[in-house]
Parts: sequence; C-alpha cells; structure tokens
Amino acid sequence: MSILTVAQLTFLEARRRKLFWIILVVGLLSLLLFALGFYFIDRELRTSAEAAIQTAVRSTMLLVGLYGVNTLGVTLGVLISVDTISGEIASGTIQTIATKPLRRWEIVVGKWVGLATMLAVFVLGMAGGMMLFVWAISGYLPSRPLEGMGMMVLEGWVFLSLSLLGGTYLPPLGNGVVVLMLYGLDFVAGWIGQIGERLSNTTAETIGLVVRFLVPGEAMWQRAAHVMEPSSLFGLTPFTIGDDPGVGMVVYALFYLAAVLGATVYLFGRRDL
Amino acid sequence: MVVLEAQGLRKVYGRTVAVDDLTLSLERGEVLGFLGPNGAGKTTTMKMLVGLVRPTSGQARVLGRPPGDPAVMGRIGFLPEHFRFHPWLTAFNFLDFHARLLHMPAERRRKRIPELLEQVGLADRARSRLAEFSKGMLQRIGLAQALLNEPELVFLDEPTSGLDPLGRREVRELIGELRRSGVTVFLNSHLLSEVEMSCDRVAIIKRGRVVRTGTLDELTGAALEVEIRAAGVTPEVRAGLERWGQVIREEKDLLALAVADREALPAIARHLVEGGARLYAMSPRRLPLEELFVRIMKESE
Repeated sequence: MSILTVAQLTFLEARRRKLFWIILVVGLLSLLLFALGFYFIDRELRTSAEAAIQTAVRSTMLLVGLYGVNTLGVTLGVLISVDTISGEIASGTIQTIATKPLRRWEIVVGKWVGLATMLAVFVLGMAGGMMLFVWAISGYLPSRPLEGMGMMVLEGWVFLSLSLLGGTYLPPLGNGVVVLMLYGLDFVAGWIGQIGERLSNTTAETIGLVVRFLVPGEAMWQRAAHVMEPSSLFGLTPFTIGDDPGVGMVVYALFYLAAVLGATVYLFGRRDL
Repeated sequence: MVVLEAQGLRKVYGRTVAVDDLTLSLERGEVLGFLGPNGAGKTTTMKMLVGLVRPTSGQARVLGRPPGDPAVMGRIGFLPEHFRFHPWLTAFNFLDFHARLLHMPAERRRKRIPELLEQVGLADRARSRLAEFSKGMLQRIGLAQALLNEPELVFLDEPTSGLDPLGRREVRELIGELRRSGVTVFLNSHLLSEVEMSCDRVAIIKRGRVVRTGTLDELTGAALEVEIRAAGVTPEVRAGLERWGQVIREEKDLLALAVADREALPAIARHLVEGGARLYAMSPRRLPLEELFVRIMKESE
C-alpha cells in the first residue's frame, strides 16, 4: 500500500515538471512530423516502387521513427528520475515521508513504480501512435509490435533505474551527466561490437559484448528492431542493427534491473536523510 | 515509564562531531525542552531518534524499539526543521497523502483531516496549495501532519521558527493541549521563553553533549530573587540582610536580594520589621532560565 501511495505521488510530481511537458510536446510534434513525412513518401512509393521495396522502405522509416521515440524515452527516463531522490533529500521533503511506518525500500520501489509507469505510458503512447499512423496510411504493421514496444520500454527502464541509483549519492547534474554518458558509451560500443562482428574483429566484438553486459540498454533496442523487422533489407544502420541479442539478453536485462534497484535500496537505506 | 532513551549517541560527519556521547531519557507524558544554541546538535539528535540519521555509535530506544522501526513509527509524530513539501499539493491532499502512509482507512482520514485543519487554524484553506502558504501556515500544516495519527510521542524541531508572536502563542497552546492529553513531547528549541513556558523538563545541549537536565526548578535551583519594598531601612538593618544573600539591586525603597531558598523569606521579613522598617511588599521570583543558560554557555570549554 505504501508503495502505491509513494508511486502515485511520484507520478503526479513528475507530471508537474516543465521537463515532462517539453518532452511530451517535442514527442507529439515529431510524431506529427513523422506522420506527415511518411504520408508523402508513401504516396510517392505507391506509384514508383515495387511491392518488396515499398515494404522495406516503410519498415525502415518506421524503425527510424521508433528509434527516435526510443531516444526520447531514454532521455525522459533519465531526466525525470535524475533528482527524485537527491532533490527530495536536499529539500527535506523526504523527512516526513521516511518517518512514517514504512521501510526505506518501499520508498525506493514506490518511486521506481511511479516513474517507470510514466515512462511506459510515454513510450507505449508514442510508439503505438507511430505504428498506428503507419498502419492507417500504408496498411503496414511490423511483426510482433507489442514485443518490440516492450523492449523499448525496458531500455528506458534500464537508464531510469541507473539514474535513480545515481540519485542516492550524486547531485542531479553529475548524475544526469554520468547516466547520459553511459547511454552514449552503450550506443557507441553497440556499434563497435556490430562492426567488429561483421569484420570478424575479436577485440571490437569483445568491447561490444562487455559494454552490453555492463549497460544492457541499447541491446534492448537491437532486440526490438530485430523482433519487429527480422529481415531488414538495408542491413547495417544505426536504427536497424541486424544482430539479435536474443531472449537471453532480455532476461539478463530484467535481472540487471532488479540488481540496480537492489543497489538503490541498499544505498538509500544507509543514507542519512 | 520511559518512552525514549539514548545512550552515548554520537554522530560524526567527516571530521565534524555533531553529537558527542549524548545520553538522555524521556518519561511518558512529559514535555522535554531540548535547548541549545544553533549548531549544538539538536537537529542531528532528533534525526537520529526518528531514524533519519544513523548514529556513528551509541544506542537509542524509542517506545521500546530501535529508532525508525516501522513498528513504532505509526505511534510517533515528527515535524522537521524548516518544514517544506511539494508546493503543488493542497493542504487537504498533503495531509491525505501522509495519512495514507500512516495506513489510516479512508473513512478515518475524511474525519481526521478536517479536524486537524481546524485545530491548526487552516480549516478555510483546505483547498489551497501549499505554494500559497506563508511560512507560518506551512509550519502549522506541518504540525497537523505530525499529529495525524494521534501519536503518543511527538518530535518537534523548532516548531515556532518563522512564526509571528501570535503564531508562536498558538503553537504553545497546542503543545499545552498535547501535554494535557498525555502526549509526550520532545521539543527542540533555542528559544528560552518558549521552553520555559511549555516544558516540564529541560535538557541543555552544548557542542553535542547534554550538559544539564532537570525540571526548571532543579536547573535554576531553589535560588530566588526577592524584591523588597520597604522604607526606613537603617544602615544596620540593610547590612544585616547580607546574612541571607547578596544584594543585587538597590534603589530608593527597593532592594533586590538573591537568596538560597524560600525559607529565608519569613526570616528576612521578621528582621526588617523588628529593625523598624516599614515593609510594603516582598516578591520572590525564580532566577530566569536565561541567566542559567548564558552561564552554562560561557562555562570554560
């Protein structure tokens, strides 16, 4: 019960932020822009390209759009959680909460649930909206769209959780920088790994693999791209990295989430408030 | 019955010792004034007792359990120093949120919250956002939050900070009500008058240590200051007064004498009358806490 109470307050608090609205507006604008662009390109396609090419272009465009949503989702996840713990400690808001009959882990889990729900709603709304536009305009649907969206949400949760963890000790700015750097590292290393694999360069492959286990974020996008478009004609692009990290990686990411949350609980539990 | 005890509590932040070997106990139903200058360790002590801060060493028991134990936190109220909360919440929603954390059922919340808003004088502001509240109103809504669960033990950290004289008086009256209904109160304050008016017992903290504890009487001792209004006091009679104590003020027809205890009073009266003085009035009063406090703070380190 306490978890839900804290989750609800956290959700409402996050919704009050300017940042949330900025990202939402940016998201909706890009959704609209995407729909518009897609509509005109699709009209062009119908008259000039053969069916296989049409599908390939549609699927690639959708993946590009979804990758944008994925990035926005990660950004939102990091920014809404970057100071939820450190900020409440600094403002003293946490003091009347932590002295109620609940355990500290319930505060952490409650906050996580509140923020994770908000992020999931955002990603599902945006990605779902995009798929809906594409389907309405062209009749194209990716294969396993729900699973794909699930992976995207999972990636957002990975970074959201890291940001929540950092917030137990780091000041908001430092925390945001660290987590976004991890995201950048994850992205670059994912690439290096992919290229390494194609070129059979073991060092590059190893780098990719190590970072993938260190931060299983972009791997979730790769999995998402894979389940939604298993046979992309365009091969290697940032949006459609062909390699499938596999279900094992998803299971790993879930354990990773639990471990990060556990570390947050541990650190927050030991902290003076 | 002891509701709170602390044994050798110590808290060190880096190289700063905030609280050093603090030992203290609190009986059920008493109002304890925890008195000390700013930075003496009052807030850190209170935070250790409510489980927000982990002591570096030492032990404490609150209602028989370690500080912060959820099993007893439902029976405790706490008003932090410089209380603040999310400004977008309304007074009602703010209290409702905390009441839910206290596991109060919906029906009880609906009844208790208006009651409390009434009690702290904010009944007409239930729908106002905290952002619109003055410092004094925030302090009062914070106080309401601390009393939601009708606690047995209340911790108040500088509850009158930021309040105007009227607000201070209201808080004092509220503490009085709590005392009458048998609630134990641990009051952090640097305001001597507040402590003098509200507390049964005082613990004086200096540089993280409790240097004196006791009732006001015990602390200031039985010593009294007697103001004597009398005319026709001859120099011999005046000199004879020194037997009972030191003359600390002297004006025309007025003498102030510091005496060891009240049993000196009848003897002084007899001495004056028998010496031929015309005695109009004798008014004894306790040495003010302020004098004691200043003396303790000046004591050699």
